[in-house]
Amino acid sequence: MEPPQLGLIEQSFNSRYSNWAREALDELPDNFTITDPCISGHPIVFASRGFLKMSGYSRDQVVGRNGRMFQGPNTCRRSVMEIREAIREERGVEISLLNYRKDGTPFWMLFRMAPVFGKDEGRVIHFVAVQVPILRRRQRRRNGEGLCGEILSNSCRREVCSSSSVELAGVSAADSDCRVQAMEGSVWQHVDNYVFPKDCKPLDGFQLISFLQFALVLFTSLEIEEKCEASDTEKQLAATAISNVLSVLTHYSESTGRLVCEKRFGPSLVSSSLHISLGRIKQSFVLVDPHLPDIPIVYASDAFLRMTGYARNEVLGQNCRFLTGVDTDPSALHQIKQSIQAQQACSVRILHYRKDKSSFWNLLHISPVRNATGKIAYFVGVQIEEGSVDRHGLSPEMRQLSVVGSIKVAVRSSSMSYSIH
Amino acid sequence: MMLRIKRVPTVVSNYQKDEGEDAARRGGGCGRNCLQKCCIPGAKLPLYTFKRAEEIPGDKCVLEHDDNQAPVAFLDSLLLGQWEDRMQRGLFRYDVTACETKVIPGRCGFMAQLNEGRHLKKRPTEFRVDKVLQPFDGNKFNFTKVGQEEVLFQFDASEDGEVHFFPDAPVDADSSPSVVAINVSPIEYGHVLLIPRILECLPQRIDRESFLLALYMAIEAGNPYFRLGYNSLGAFATINHLHFQAYYLAVPFPIEKAPTRKVTTLGDGVKISELFDYPVRGLVFEGGNTLQDLSNAVSDACIFLQDNNIPHNVLIADCGKRIFLLPQCYAEKQALGEVSSELLDTQVNPAVWEISGHMVLKRKKDYEEASEENAWRLLAEVSLSEERFEEVKALIFEACSYTLSEKEDEHLTQGAGDDKPPLEGTGSINKGRNCNMVSGTQECLVLQ
Repeated sequence: MEPPQLGLIEQSFNSRYSNWAREALDELPDNFTITDPCISGHPIVFASRGFLKMSGYSRDQVVGRNGRMFQGPNTCRRSVMEIREAIREERGVEISLLNYRKDGTPFWMLFRMAPVFGKDEGRVIHFVAVQVPILRRRQRRRNGEGLCGEILSNSCRREVCSSSSVELAGVSAADSDCRVQAMEGSVWQHVDNYVFPKDCKPLDGFQLISFLQFALVLFTSLEIEEKCEASDTEKQLAATAISNVLSVLTHYSESTGRLVCEKRFGPSLVSSSLHISLGRIKQSFVLVDPHLPDIPIVYASDAFLRMTGYARNEVLGQNCRFLTGVDTDPSALHQIKQSIQAQQACSVRILHYRKDKSSFWNLLHISPVRNATGKIAYFVGVQIEEGSVDRHGLSPEMRQLSVVGSIKVAVRSSSMSYSIH
Repeated sequence: MMLRIKRVPTVVSNYQKDEGEDAARRGGGCGRNCLQKCCIPGAKLPLYTFKRAEEIPGDKCVLEHDDNQAPVAFLDSLLLGQWEDRMQRGLFRYDVTACETKVIPGRCGFMAQLNEGRHLKKRPTEFRVDKVLQPFDGNKFNFTKVGQEEVLFQFDASEDGEVHFFPDAPVDADSSPSVVAINVSPIEYGHVLLIPRILECLPQRIDRESFLLALYMAIEAGNPYFRLGYNSLGAFATINHLHFQAYYLAVPFPIEKAPTRKVTTLGDGVKISELFDYPVRGLVFEGGNTLQDLSNAVSDACIFLQDNNIPHNVLIADCGKRIFLLPQCYAEKQALGEVSSELLDTQVNPAVWEISGHMVLKRKKDYEEASEENAWRLLAEVSLSEERFEEVKALIFEACSYTLSEKEDEHLTQGAGDDKPPLEGTGSINKGRNCNMVSGTQECLVLQ
């Protein structure tokens, strides 16, 4: 996947917030990133100094990349899924997460994310994510047992792994984060079958040493693999940081006239989670709403705008007829109209005109798209310029059908959840 | 005593007929484009060859598209396009997008769909539910009988380590192709069947190579909302011809959201956890030093279950990074008359999708009254009891770890294309453990 052009990234930020915004954000001590879900790949568009210091990367290495770059093999997949769903549903989330620095060392942090809504669009334009390192080592198993004290004091384990070869290299328990460099040859079985009998016999010297070794490995390995809870202080830090960033953004958006706010304002043409899903589709297409007067365009892909030369605000809310011109065959238009009325798919070859008045032959495919109610919500129009070639060797028809399929999945799924509008 | 239940099998192909009709047409050429010797020579289907990924899923990955913001991957695109094409050609029995669907309010997020067209008003067929391994029967419907128009493309590993697509490749019987075909009674948009080495007519049972193929497909599609599932015989598989199912649904499945408790990590890095706070007890496999390690751990566990007559379902989620294994006993309960008529009336056969939290309901009443409580209650009936699950779990771990250390144990390893006769309740696991396995007979396991 190619990283998005730097231009888009810059624009994402600069079109919303005045120049002073960057300075103001740079003055905040907190670790945070700002991402743009509307740019393909959902990249980071801003990373604070604190964040860069925490992660060990330079600004160039982070801006334009997706947050996934900080995940690694021991990052909990379920947590990643929770974040993904929060993004899709355009809401905030707060969760402990294991991330990796540039040098490969893992660390736990409290990840708190909040959406930033565009006041005019009514949809999310940025996500702010704050990262508070979890400094105190608190390993909590799901059932709430605290292991630390109990392991090192009067406890014993029924099956001490003294037979397995456990090599510890570079374990640095004094550090505030886990730096287990290598753990070889440990075959863990029955990891959680701990027994802490109160009348445990004291261990002899050899047993004690191997037990402590084992406990240390267990201790640090658990630190990586088990959930790590943040303290109330850390949660408070996260809340304050989010609040700081959001107020800066809100304040500095006023001067550009493109206000942002913390809550969604007003209805949106197309729900934001749908918007995000549609953003993955790289071909030219539009969605029109047959229930609104004059069947206006409610979504237009970037590729459509490039193909026709119009800006988004020039096409949203308009009927597609602005694409037609003097030499457009009326019978093709008639066919389109009939198909929409019959609620059927159709393909036509039609002469269309760009904003600069130049014409092109458009292989247009139109299809009804239903949402979770089972009823038709939109019609999709997929445009292919005659003569364009697909690098995978797919025919124009097949390319169009792929787009239709992706859109059908997106529209149906995004309207299923009662919590998504 | 044989255990049987009666149910109307789901029609997955337009060429799937009743038993009687099938037998009648056995003799002679079929006169249409199927996938048997009569029609294969000269047949052409698109071919997608994938790159084998040797790295860990999630680490320095080939998985560049596991984010729902990343561009649609090519396999995704191809599958959706081909599926939409078949939609427009009228090959499906109904338009699944016209079926109302919703997320049931509650903390789990169970999904319900009202689909009156999926179930047929046909005479129910008898299914034997006490044998997870049954020999392939060429007289019954199998996927070589489907029309070629129902096949979307061939799906195999690339020779040169690069992804390739050939819109019109000959079907080479000698190379034992695997194919992706449509399910004409879809549960959701894009519902397809992955049939490994279709011409070899393998019965419905997991082997290492086939499972790895399914995992590659999940990875290649690069879409966390494209999940693959497997139902063993006895766990509501309809057709005894090896196949996986897959479809798109861009919402999280309840099973994916369920909390897990780590149980162990195998020597090869595969992490095994157990679900808790979910109505069905099951295991989650993740990690692994290589993809093969993860795949083999799950395959070996499945092989153990099928060798020991324990019906089970498998869900491959999160682009192949998380795999759920769920042993179940609903069919057996049904056969023994232990399921309440209330639950039976919903006619929900709890296969992998239902267990994962996606219910397809036939009656409007059930759909309107669908609640988290009802869904939970149904699925709780499917689960093994706590006691039984603990037993099975312990044995699975032995099976997985023994595979690493004792490769000569033939019951636990199964090479690709191994044509072993189906095992019948072998008492293969009697390594000093207390278990209820009955060995050497054809009798079903009656679980206490």
